[in-house]
Order: sequence, then C-alpha cells, then structure tokens
Amino acid sequence: MVEIDGMKLVQTRSILHYIADKHHLFGKDLKERTLIDMYVEGTLDLLELIIMHPFLKPDDQQKEVVNMAQKAIIRYFPVFEKVLRDHGQRFLVGNQLSLADVILLQTILALEEKIPNILSAFPHLQEFTVKISNIPTIKKFLEPGSKKKPPPDDIYVRTVYNIFMP
Amino acid sequence: MLEAHHLLQEEKLESLGMARKPKLHYFNGRGRMESIRWLLAAAGVEFEEELFETREEFEKRIQEGILMYEQVPMVEIDGMNLVETGAILRYLAAKYDLYGRNLQEQAWIDMYVEGLKDLSDMIMFFPLSLPGEKKMNLEYILERATTRFFPVYEKALRDHEQDFLVGDQLSWADTQLLEVILMAEECKPSVLAGFPLLQEFKARISYIPTIRKFLQPGSQRKPPLDEGSIETVKNIFKFERGMFLKNMGTIVAEY
Repeated sequence: MVEIDGMKLVQTRSILHYIADKHHLFGKDLKERTLIDMYVEGTLDLLELIIMHPFLKPDDQQKEVVNMAQKAIIRYFPVFEKVLRDHGQRFLVGNQLSLADVILLQTILALEEKIPNILSAFPHLQEFTVKISNIPTIKKFLEPGSKKKPPPDDIYVRTVYNIFMP
Repeated sequence: MLEAHHLLQEEKLESLGMARKPKLHYFNGRGRMESIRWLLAAAGVEFEEELFETREEFEKRIQEGILMYEQVPMVEIDGMNLVETGAILRYLAAKYDLYGRNLQEQAWIDMYVEGLKDLSDMIMFFPLSLPGEKKMNLEYILERATTRFFPVYEKALRDHEQDFLVGDQLSWADTQLLEVILMAEECKPSVLAGFPLLQEFKARISYIPTIRKFLQPGSQRKPPLDEGSIETVKNIFKFERGMFLKNMGTIVAEY
C-alpha cells in the first residue's frame, strides 16, 4: 500500500501505473503506453516466479530455478532482445526511459542473483542492463545505502509467514 | 516492412470509416478473454472471434509469430496484436472512455478491477480443482467473496450514493464488478444476500442497453466451463487437475 497524493493506493499494478503516469514513464500516447504495458505484464509474469520462489518447499526450489531460467530464455528475453535489436535504441519504447525498462532491469538483476549467466545469449540485453543501470537515479538506487531491499533470506520468509499466515 | 504495410492498410481502412472489427483469438470459453468480451460489449463495439479447439490450432498461431509471449488472449485491433489481459483491457478502457476522466479516477478503477481479478481468478480456476478439493475450494471462494471483496464495493456505493463505482459514469470497474457478481452467483445464487446495494447495482448495470444485449441468448458471451470444455482446455493448454492451488499464488499464502 502506498500513501500518495491523498490516496491510499493498493494493488501493485495500480500503484505502478499511477506513479508511471504521474512521472512520465508511460510513453507519449496510448499506443506507446500499451506497448509498455504489454512489456511490463510479460516481465511481471517472470518476476512473479522470482517473488514466489522463497516460499516454495525446499525440494521444489531447485526445480523452479530451472523453470525460471527456461521461461526467461525461451519466452521472455527473446522478445526484448528482438525489440532492442530492431530499433537499435537505448530504451524499450519511444526512445525514452519508461516503466518497461525499469521493471525489466529489476527482473534481470533478480534473475542474475540466482543464475549469474542468464544473459549469456542476449548481447543487446547485456548492453541494456549496463546502460540502464548507469542512469543517475537508477545508479544511486543500486548503490549501498539506498532503499533497495536485499535478496530474500530465511528471516524474510519467516517474517512474511508470521505477518500473513499467523 | 510487413508490419508497416499492414499498419498503413489499417489506417487507410480507418480513414474510409471501414476500420476492421477487433478480432479476438482464444478458445471457445470464458477464461481470461471473457472480461475483454464484456468490455467491448458494454462499449457497443462489434468484434469477431477466432476460436480454436485443438492444440494444433493454438500452435499454428505461435508459429505465425503473432503471439508475443506465445500466449492468449490476443486481440487484433488498430494494427496491433495486443496480448496480456490487463494491457488489452486497459487499452480498450482508455479507447472507449471507460477509464475515468483523470489520473485519480483511473487509479480508483485500477484498484477495483485488480481486486476483482483476484476473486475472478479463483472462480475461473475452480473447475480445475481435484475432486477431493472441490468443496473446500468453493467454501474458500465464497468466504473471500463475502468477507473481503463484496464489502469493499458495497461500501463504495454506500459512501458516494452514486449509480456507478467511480466518477458518476459507467467505467470498466462497473462492467468488471457485474461480471464477477454473476460468476459468483453461478457458484451460489444467494451470494449477494447481505449486500443490498450490490443487488441494486447488479439490476441497474444489467439494464444498460449494450449490457442487456450481451446478457441475452445469442450474444458472444460464453457459458461456464463444463466437463467437456475442461478436457478441451486441458488439451490445448496442457493444464493439470489440481491447478487451483498452484495458481493461487499470494492468495494461497493466506489459505
């Protein structure tokens, strides 16, 4: 839940869209916005697997890493690699930073924590990762001391269970 | 090059007032496409459907390269092949003025529909329950509907006393809520018993001419999944029984 502009916003997508809209990260018109939307939705499907991973039974966790890697490499990364290759621009949509770039970077970095060479077959995504990481605001967020949260550990898992499943 | 040519054709057609109707690609059932059918119907937009029955027909579309993530729903509209249910719905809502007048109203609509999606996903996956789980899952769905979700919308209507959920005009939030109310009633006819304003809302929104037409026999509205259709869906998408719990993600964390 995010308190912003006198509202208490809930639901991840509602919050993301509100902030993206407000801060000009959602394209210049409806068509660009929809392209960004499609890219974000696909990426979030992949990110969801990462988010749920710590809550799987230990026996299932290793299998799921394989599943995540397959989905990333076969279904999602080829789409974004092609987009970047085809237009040769730095950002996914409309030659400017958008929510699609931010969410994709987040997802790539989270996947690299589990599968370090996940981008080995995707040169344009490798370049993308470097370029977007170097944007000043994002670079700052990636440095120690920012509000970015560390990878999930056992304490995190236990805390979530205690709060949501007492 | 092919895409640019295709887009030019589309624009030529539009300028001649002969824009092609949106074309929906899915199997012959509700699934994730049904909310899209509802929104188009409510907006009074005629659409075509290419419904497939077999795995082969689904794979053909994948081979054609028209499904961005090799998934459906997919809607051909305005020279684009739109995928991802949420993205499609948001495009249609914006295009047909069902997304509020400003960013604030849009945020409220978003919050309402995202909440409704959690509930409608549960109902949608229910037929994929294992026989031993069915009773438990149904009880869970009804408990969530009547204690978490419906009270939110009942309160919204009570607080502002308007006919529609947001901004005093029909929006995607209203069509989504009506759709989910009807799905819940298929699970338990008296599910709206404690919600007088939702009962009125249901009657009122059902009466809007475009929606009334969609609710009549012969429309493109799809029936609930029956045993026969479940087999078809399973074969096309390679689902398994017992997927109810597997798909309930964060909701199951509380279960």
